[in-house]
Amino acid sequence: MDVYRAIADPTRRAILDELVDRSGQSLFEICARLTMKHGINSSRQAITQHLGVLEAAGLIRTRREGRSKLHWFEGRPLKAIAERWPISTDERDM
Amino acid sequence: MRIHLAGVFVDDQQKALRFYTETLGFQLKHNIPLGEYAWITVVSPEDPEGTEFLLEPDAHPAVRPFVKALVEDGIPSTSFAVDDVQAEYERLQAKGVQFVQPPTDLGPVITAILDDTCGNLIQIQEQKPQP
Repeated sequence: MDVYRAIADPTRRAILDELVDRSGQSLFEICARLTMKHGINSSRQAITQHLGVLEAAGLIRTRREGRSKLHWFEGRPLKAIAERWPISTDERDM
Repeated sequence: MRIHLAGVFVDDQQKALRFYTETLGFQLKHNIPLGEYAWITVVSPEDPEGTEFLLEPDAHPAVRPFVKALVEDGIPSTSFAVDDVQAEYERLQAKGVQFVQPPTDLGPVITAILDDTCGNLIQIQEQKPQP
């Protein structure tokens, strides 16, 4: 799964927004934030699939903390995009 | 019809009784010995005649895998209402309670999620005043 397809979906972008807001969230917290803050009422199963796509693209990583599985945002694949199409200095000043 | 009883499965009833009374601040309502286990309920001091909360042993073989799967995905076993999530978070953290989710503003509600040390995640929630 490449990073471009991963961020093409608005629900997956909302997931990344929320993980930037607070790193290390459970599936439950991600679903609660999507429902309450974005009006996204997808099933937990659908969100699990979105998380799988994001993880395959390297945009999130998961780790077990205690007895829960938590999710972190990983920005490195997006940095590769900026490096591939760098912003020139004069553009930056605009 | 009214709801008079709710509860959670706990891995140790006596430890659970201490946590739900001494740490969270509920009051013991019933503690009736039943052989190896006991019928233990607590109530809120703000509503001592209200809904009882049962601390039920997790002895049935289906319970542990069920609760484990909930905790893995961060799903709370139940939710308690509080007036001020942030204040409760600070009060309970000072008592050594572990939170898996700090106070989080979700629009109409603020929630936080703590570990009850007996197998469950518990949500506390504050309803924000409606504009």
